[in-house]
Amino acid sequence: MKALTFTLVAEPPERLDLSPLTPERLAGIERRDVERIQIGMTKHGSKVGDIFRVAGSDPTNIVFEGGSTRLDLVAQGMRGGSVRLVGNAGAQAGRAMRGGKLTIEGNAGPHAGSGMRGGRLEITGNAGDHLGAPLVGELAGMNGGVLIVRGKAGAFAADRMRRGLIAVLKGSGDHAGSRMIAGSLVVAGGTGEMPGYLMRRGSILLDRTPARMSPSFVECGAPESVFAAIIDRYLIAEGILKRPLLGSAPRKYGGDNAVLGMGEVLFPR
Amino acid sequence: MPNMSINGVTIDDTFAEAFGMRATAIVITAPSRKWARQAAITMTGFATSVIGCGCEAAIDLDLPPSATPDGRPGCRVMIFAMGTDELQKQLLNRVGQCVLTSPGSACFAGLQGSAELKLGSALRYFGDGWQISKKIGDRHFWRIPVMDGEFLCEATTGLTKEAVGGGNFFVMAQSSASALAAAEAAVGAIGMVPGAIVPFPGGIARSGSKIGGKYKGMIASANEAYAPTLRGVVASELGPDINAVLEIVIDGETNDAVAAAMKAGIKAVIELGPKRGAVRISAGNYGGKLGKFIYSLKDMLP
Repeated sequence: MKALTFTLVAEPPERLDLSPLTPERLAGIERRDVERIQIGMTKHGSKVGDIFRVAGSDPTNIVFEGGSTRLDLVAQGMRGGSVRLVGNAGAQAGRAMRGGKLTIEGNAGPHAGSGMRGGRLEITGNAGDHLGAPLVGELAGMNGGVLIVRGKAGAFAADRMRRGLIAVLKGSGDHAGSRMIAGSLVVAGGTGEMPGYLMRRGSILLDRTPARMSPSFVECGAPESVFAAIIDRYLIAEGILKRPLLGSAPRKYGGDNAVLGMGEVLFPR
Repeated sequence: MPNMSINGVTIDDTFAEAFGMRATAIVITAPSRKWARQAAITMTGFATSVIGCGCEAAIDLDLPPSATPDGRPGCRVMIFAMGTDELQKQLLNRVGQCVLTSPGSACFAGLQGSAELKLGSALRYFGDGWQISKKIGDRHFWRIPVMDGEFLCEATTGLTKEAVGGGNFFVMAQSSASALAAAEAAVGAIGMVPGAIVPFPGGIARSGSKIGGKYKGMIASANEAYAPTLRGVVASELGPDINAVLEIVIDGETNDAVAAAMKAGIKAVIELGPKRGAVRISAGNYGGKLGKFIYSLKDMLP
């Protein structure tokens, strides 16, 4: 079967909620019924058929041809299969994903991968603020899975992260890994102000000495680390990085001692 | 009685009898081969026989850095016991006292089995609250702070119920030196077989035993039929040309691993020949009634 393809006909007239267009929610739905699904979020009430030209029939393999910053909630809650967006995404791409693979071949807006629990989300361009982070009122952010941003990420990446791996390859904004509960955040290419701000536990793994770290992080030595070898090898094996990030004996800063202080920031010597 | 001869070595028409066991394996790594082996040798010390040690354990294979999870030199260690509870207890005691303590070590699962045994998920309590849990891909590790950095230990390892213990054969020679040479050749060859260990000292047992004894409470006692000094006074299995017998006891991850190890060991003994090594090969059994696994020597020939 050919991939179920949604080709963007023109720039949408309103913000769109694409959460109905996941492998699970489209399973067993006829194409003409798919075209009738309402995705507009204002009084326009746009339907799929107004915005996209639909082709193909395999709902486990969904492709969006053409992107827009108005495409919100791409693949929200997906559990399996594959979704690929060729172009930019709006807010909350891959929000609450539980499985499967979402690829955004462009930039993603704020809250990409928010509350992810599993699966793999890869963004080839940049991501906005609050990558993987919780929405207002939620206690934890990302809770599993792998989130890769090949470009830059905005502020508060991995905020309140609890489990899983986030990798940002061309630098992040301020407060990366803020309020982390656990999990691993990899940032290559530099971080902004105070990485790990108020983190409790978890690991922030950097490719260089952080420029502006909170004074509530304390130096914790640089012994030989098997963990560094394991994570370096994993990142290369998964195709996330090409070269080792940490080396065999990275330096460690422990913090944030303004809170629990059991987190760590590791970077090569 | 003897009915076959290859390269001057007589092969008895008999069989080895072996038993089902529970087994697990771990991979130990360290900054150098020396220290990987040191940790492995320490944790497999006093693990020759379940009769008195609780388990049987030895190094299965040395692993090159390219074959270990962290890219350092390593060893695969196998542990065998009669039951799952005893195996779990032995695993934790031995890794906790001998691998956790060894400089620079790390410990990984070495087997994917039908069930799991606790490894790091129990040893983590040594961290006293400072231990760190890390899930990387589909593997779960514990990082436990120690005085040279961190002890990284996989949370669990696998258990197999398909393991076989007690595969064996005897090498019989005209002198102790020849018997030892033959047994060493066999152990060297078995060392290349994956999934099989020879748990006795250097892989060799000189005190092969029979079940029970004349004294109350003895589970095993001298096998006088194979003791050369009793050759004339008991119903001996030894002919006039035999002055030393050594036993190779083999535990394997599977029935096939034990058979492969027996084949490799017997081939090495036959190739060494009767002048420098053994003149005869036999095997130990209990009449075929007790063990689930039977290895006929004539099926184990090269």
